[in-house]
Amino acid sequence: MYAYDDIDRTLLSERVSEFRDQVKRRLSGELTEDEFKMLRLQNGVYLQLHAYMFRVAIPYGTLSSKQLRRLAHVARTYDRGYGHFTTRQNIQFNWIKLAELPDALADLAEVGIHSMQTSGNNTRNVTSDQWAGVAPGEVEDPRIWSEILRQYTTLHPEFSFLPRKFKFAITASKHDRAAIKIHDVGLRLHRNDKGETGFEVMVGGGLGRTPFLAKTIRHFVHGHDLLSYVEAILRVYNRYGRRDNIYKARIKILVHELGADKFAQEVEEEWRQMDKRVLTLTDADIENVRSRFSYPVYENLPHMPDELKAAAHDTRFEAWRKNSVAPHKVPGYAIVTLSLKPVGMPPGDATAEQMDAIADLADRYSFGEIRVGHEQNLALPHVAKRDLPALWRALDKIGVATPNVNLVSDIIACPGLDYCSLANARSIPIAQELTRRFANHETASLIGRLHINISGCINACGHHHVGHIGILGVEKNGQEVYQITIGGRADENAELGNLIGPAVPYGEVADVVEDIVEAYLALREGPDELFIDAVKRLGVEPFRERVYATR
Amino acid sequence: MPLVRNEKITADDFVRVADDATIPAGGNVLIPLARFLEDAEALLQRDGKVGVILPNNRDPDDLEPYLERLALIALVFPTFRDGRAYSQARLLRERYGYDGELRATGQVLRDQFVFMIRAGFDAFEVKKDSDALAFEETIKRYSVFYQPTADGRFTALRQRLFRPYAAASR
Repeated sequence: MYAYDDIDRTLLSERVSEFRDQVKRRLSGELTEDEFKMLRLQNGVYLQLHAYMFRVAIPYGTLSSKQLRRLAHVARTYDRGYGHFTTRQNIQFNWIKLAELPDALADLAEVGIHSMQTSGNNTRNVTSDQWAGVAPGEVEDPRIWSEILRQYTTLHPEFSFLPRKFKFAITASKHDRAAIKIHDVGLRLHRNDKGETGFEVMVGGGLGRTPFLAKTIRHFVHGHDLLSYVEAILRVYNRYGRRDNIYKARIKILVHELGADKFAQEVEEEWRQMDKRVLTLTDADIENVRSRFSYPVYENLPHMPDELKAAAHDTRFEAWRKNSVAPHKVPGYAIVTLSLKPVGMPPGDATAEQMDAIADLADRYSFGEIRVGHEQNLALPHVAKRDLPALWRALDKIGVATPNVNLVSDIIACPGLDYCSLANARSIPIAQELTRRFANHETASLIGRLHINISGCINACGHHHVGHIGILGVEKNGQEVYQITIGGRADENAELGNLIGPAVPYGEVADVVEDIVEAYLALREGPDELFIDAVKRLGVEPFRERVYATR
Repeated sequence: MPLVRNEKITADDFVRVADDATIPAGGNVLIPLARFLEDAEALLQRDGKVGVILPNNRDPDDLEPYLERLALIALVFPTFRDGRAYSQARLLRERYGYDGELRATGQVLRDQFVFMIRAGFDAFEVKKDSDALAFEETIKRYSVFYQPTADGRFTALRQRLFRPYAAASR
């Protein structure tokens, strides 16, 4: 956990009072809606179909139990008793009243969380691996660097009015759980030959109507130089990014139009000219930030405790353990994923009661810490293996132990037409129907790892391009129709999916997905060949033939 | 449109000269970049100070030969959403060492003041009277800054290094 100090807390309370003043000026008419729009967006407040939506940042996906309880409090006090975890380590509340927003912000500020820059054309919440600090084999904890970047990008005097939004993601593991290649800047932490920590810098990834994977513009930027190099990127973008067309304003378009090599040259040239001294991070700077992260004091525990052996005869427990429990860097401990994808429910939602209960369980079993992943699930990062049976019973009771993590019903979906004013089509009901179709755990296990991502419009908040199966809702002649792609992925081997055939109407989406899955089961070389690998080996064609033969 | 300089509303002692208007023989003038570059030397030799309006898509390089002799550079915010002039301001101050007046013009609203000061602006053509009147109070909104810029404010990172951790976490 990162502990805010008085400096961080002061900034937050100053921000809250500034926003209070802005809301007051809007309510009195001193600010026009156009002027206010920008200000509210910089505080994560959107105007949606039914009400204001309020997006709160969970930097690099780390929450304390106290913070989670406070999110529950906001859900209960200012909203309708639930929140929605997003694909970028944020939580959204859908029914907020403008006049109450400053109070909600003040309540959150007390526990060191905020909504600064969770929307608007600025640098957004810095995201990272939800297993940061506990994953075996990690280079080092990427959250130290995420926090350094969080501070650097917060209220930046030069980069708060960029051409378009700007997202950073950091990973320090071989297996990329942070989807860094679909970010404006993706940072892969690694060590050079001298054993120094630095970053491979990738730029220009993003989804939306023109999807691109990020391209590497520098293989190694020393950790000491991270901020000056990032400043060079942001300055080139701020000056030369397109502002004439909102759909061409992301940095991915600039990188594409200039070419990655030319863009890299521009950054190098800016970096060369820059007075780097003030931005160079000293070891003391880095140590200072690191020192405010606290880590659990782990016990020396057996790898296979009696409690686990005793529970092994319980098939439901075993199904859950095999699915939702991952290895921890410390023997005797495990990382536990909490599925927010129960059958028939909207993906990523949690009620205030669930949040409170999870906070209590985190205190009891996970050193008071909770993680949020971009797949819209939660995790308890430090669970002693001996506690797994007891924890499972408690999680099961509150409905967050569905053993479907990384399986076909672990669906990523945006809010879609049920909430969002940008959407063209519904996403949540499609996800709900799919979870019902694949509710049988044996079937889902047989299918194996399969990510379905659903977006209700071309803006791609549901990351459909990088779903193993991607579903994009569009509107055609007043009807909701869905384009379906296969073969996308967001990890270290990121790829964009390919269209499998003509768009299908709302009522047929689940049938088509079932047909795709059946085609896969028929075509795969064996149970070890994952869906994504089968698509890679075979291409789209054999799937298209089978799925569209009868349509 | 009130002009704020040194935190106070002041009279503008520069006359803005349109592209096709005659340049007055004496007095301080503020001239569009293109026109200034047409005849820079002559303009700099006339009686009275010269300021230049630098459009936000132009490189400050264009002004480099003249920076020491310019009394004012006006940067432009066509809308408050367009943040290019923040980069120009920092470059002028931090890379080119420009130390004359740096004026924010266009859609300049209260909520940009702190950013602008940090980027190096020291004069503001404020769109609304109420915002201009609130200037002094508004710029005190923040006392904590995470980024180093040429305004010299101590950043959070440096602040922390100069005191013991125990004091910080109290």
